[in-house]
Amino acid sequence: MYALRGIDFDLFGGELAIFLGASGSGKSTLLNILGALDRATDGRVMFGDQDLSQGNDRALTRFRREHVGFVFQFYNLIPSLTARENVLLVTEIARKPISAEAALSLVGLEDRMDHFPAQLSGGEQQRVAIARAIAKQPEILLCDEPTGALDRQTGIIVLEAIRNINRELGTTTAVITHNVATGAMADRVITLADGQIETIQVNEAPVDPSQIHW
Amino acid sequence: MTPLNIKLWRGLWHMKGQVLAIALIVACGSGVLIMSLSVHQALSETAEAYYERNRFADVFANARRAPLATADRIATIDGVKSVQTRVVGNVILQVAGVEEPVQGRLVSLPDHSAPILNTSVLRSGRLPEPGHADEVMLSEQFAEANGLSPGTRFHAVMNGRKRLLKVVGTALSPEFIYIIAPGALMPDDERYGVMWMRRSAVASVFDMDGAFNDVSLSISREANVSKVIDALDVLLAPYGGTGAIARKDQVSNWFVMNEIQQIKTMATIFPTVFMAVAAFLTNMLLMRLIAIERGEIGLLKANGYSNWAVSWHYLKLAAVVAGLGVILGVVLGYYLGRLNTMMYAESYRFPILIFRVEIWVVITAALVSLAAAGLGALNAVSRVVRLAPAEAMRPPQPLSYKRSKLANWGPYKSIDQATRIVLRQISRTPLRSATTTFGIGAGIGVMIMALQWIDAIEELLHVQYFEAQRNNLTIALNDPRAMSTLYEIENLPGVMHAEPSRGVDADLRNGTRTHRGSVVGIVPDALMQPLYDNRTGERPISGGGITIGLALARKLDVTVGDSVTISVLTGRRPVVALPVVDIIETYLGMPAYMRLSDLNKLLGDAPSFDLAYLQVDRARLGEFHRALREVPLVAGIADRHNAISMFEQTIQETVYIFIAFYSGFALLLSFGVSYNSGRIALSENGRDLATLRVLGFTRSETGYVSFAETAFLALAAIPIGFGLGWGLSSLVGRAFETELFRLPPVITTAVLGWSAVVAIAATIGALALIVSRVARLDLISVLKTRE
Repeated sequence: MYALRGIDFDLFGGELAIFLGASGSGKSTLLNILGALDRATDGRVMFGDQDLSQGNDRALTRFRREHVGFVFQFYNLIPSLTARENVLLVTEIARKPISAEAALSLVGLEDRMDHFPAQLSGGEQQRVAIARAIAKQPEILLCDEPTGALDRQTGIIVLEAIRNINRELGTTTAVITHNVATGAMADRVITLADGQIETIQVNEAPVDPSQIHW
Repeated sequence: MTPLNIKLWRGLWHMKGQVLAIALIVACGSGVLIMSLSVHQALSETAEAYYERNRFADVFANARRAPLATADRIATIDGVKSVQTRVVGNVILQVAGVEEPVQGRLVSLPDHSAPILNTSVLRSGRLPEPGHADEVMLSEQFAEANGLSPGTRFHAVMNGRKRLLKVVGTALSPEFIYIIAPGALMPDDERYGVMWMRRSAVASVFDMDGAFNDVSLSISREANVSKVIDALDVLLAPYGGTGAIARKDQVSNWFVMNEIQQIKTMATIFPTVFMAVAAFLTNMLLMRLIAIERGEIGLLKANGYSNWAVSWHYLKLAAVVAGLGVILGVVLGYYLGRLNTMMYAESYRFPILIFRVEIWVVITAALVSLAAAGLGALNAVSRVVRLAPAEAMRPPQPLSYKRSKLANWGPYKSIDQATRIVLRQISRTPLRSATTTFGIGAGIGVMIMALQWIDAIEELLHVQYFEAQRNNLTIALNDPRAMSTLYEIENLPGVMHAEPSRGVDADLRNGTRTHRGSVVGIVPDALMQPLYDNRTGERPISGGGITIGLALARKLDVTVGDSVTISVLTGRRPVVALPVVDIIETYLGMPAYMRLSDLNKLLGDAPSFDLAYLQVDRARLGEFHRALREVPLVAGIADRHNAISMFEQTIQETVYIFIAFYSGFALLLSFGVSYNSGRIALSENGRDLATLRVLGFTRSETGYVSFAETAFLALAAIPIGFGLGWGLSSLVGRAFETELFRLPPVITTAVLGWSAVVAIAATIGALALIVSRVARLDLISVLKTRE
């Protein structure tokens, strides 16, 4: 059994790519490999000139630390840290971060910076997670079902935040989701099925997240 | 097996590390309890059986010289069953290879029959033959220590006459389990022993034909001991009786019973500490488990399991942990108990030994352990009851945190986020944090308590043998002598200084409180053994009254200015009331002092002394001893050097084993608590830690967040442990306090340092065991699941 096989594609700098697929299609495994959480059993994963498939645990950790921002389905905020501190958690170990306050402003949370996760709504928590992911100014932003745990209205706000980051900071963004409608906001939509890439669709005119309905 | 029980066993297996850690702490507690109770029972029963088999007497008395007919009058005292008169005396032996004089307690055996009371157990050879005045039987300890087997011969100075004696046998006696020279603190088998000879032989040595100077009685069960003693004292008073004593005050028995009593003290103090920690840990474990299993609990309740059924499930878990601890504790207790009993039996040389772990002891340990675990579980299980089925099914909200007032404080702002996570976790669960701190602190405390013994004993030795006593030899004379004799002693080779002193046996009384002891007369300008207070040092002795030790002052309930009635038990037996003029604090005994001149006046004697404190040049010690052999007036001699080495030898044999036991227990305490704390922190924060890893934190950075909580609490435990150590040491010191000695809690910085280092090492070791789990954190599952 292989989760993925024969995958061959490039993620272009500055693009917003959305990976669509049903449960078990292999999209999460792909994201894990892209984010250096997991290693491919075969083949190569290149980041620029760096071969991630050859890296040891230390190299992969450094790659995540310096180049990747993660947004999780369940936010994964540290409950004992405030919004600001959750962001500081990452900026403290980053090489060229923006300030935590600036990152939170980018997601519209400048007024909620000293709240603890328990005092924030789901959408707010996810936006803190986005701020945390982008504060280090990563080259790649990886989002795993970022709206999976949210209602539509809140989901839209989160998607807008992701889109703005992509557009304003030029961060290469990969979003995985099973929500087909989301594809409309992407530069490219990559559909996965049975561990293989089924289609790659270039979207000439991405729509604003507010236009998306599900 | 019901599904709930299957879940129970799987849960236990899943948490096996923590379960084992708690079980081991319970095992230590129940093991010490079982050991103490069993050893206590074994030694009590063994001593009792030994006493009964060898007809150990109930009352003992000495006199100067009582006619044999007095024995018939003694037999008529109400309650007296049998009377055994003897002739006893002190002799000085010259043993080949031992330069210093060796002292012997000579005890007579009836000429043509076996003794009625205090019969001995023959260990080798035979009893002395009647009519053979040179045959002697020796106490086994003494014979072995000096290589005197049956057939060997040695010289003895008996009542001033030198005789050649022949060893015919060795024996043990219930009367001399603990053989201790008068005034000594420890047995010294090489230099003090018991020897038995037939009565006519002993009587001719001490001019006691038709008389006796020692009597033992057995009394009937219903007899009143103190009335018998009073009647006996009246009968012996005209013959120089020095006051009868009951079995409980007989020297050997007093020491044996005291040690047996101390074993019982151990049965209360130490298990309490371990059980308290076990209760806290059980609580921590269950709280965490119930938090994780809230979904399951809701499910069970939704499906109709009663509150009781679900609570019982978790209580059973605590019971299994405690039960496992008890099983290990029984094994541990049995082996430690056997080891301990054998050690005691060997040092007491009991000819018989009864050791068994009785079922009631095991049941007691099991009940105490279950009660501790149950107490710990109760609060956690009450949460199960409070959990509503529906609420239990919802995932828990993110844990609520509040910003502390410290948040705006400058230094706090500079704390990094990882440390903030740690600090907030500590403050969010104050009870658990306090429990961990207390638990590790208890480990440090027990360690301090164990290690400080050596320093306490060293302090006692230092104060006793160097601060308070400056002379290196003490000699006791047969009888009080005029001061002119002191010059004779001063002229012996090697003597640099000699100081006279005198001791008389006396009852000291205040109202109904009495103490049978002695009063020592010292000279006002004493250099060798001045009046010495532990806290303030040397001070001059006040005249016109009596100076007593603080322990005696408490026993008699008197203070400076109060009057104490002194009934001297020898000579003209004067009775006087004297004011207490001073109270001093001592580590040893319950001393009472007067000026030597006051004491002689009280006794109606011309200036005289019967003790001499000597400073002898160690280089001329051999010469001194050879000269002393020719002086017939010496009854006994004590060498400071020997006393100290005996003390140190005893410490080597017993105290180090004690320290090893309790250091092991202490280590286990710190280790078990740290392990539990670390595992719980990891379990609670596993998801956060995996998130940190995904965010690019290295393993060591993540490790810091996961373990700093336990490490910080361990650091906080150090001062608490120091406090607990001091408290525990004082408590144990007080519990082990006897009329003979009081051990001061002496806690050196070295002991504090070591205890802290060991606890920190135990914490590091425990966390190292968990560290591999951080490496195994599943980075991918964290993206999907939530707890």
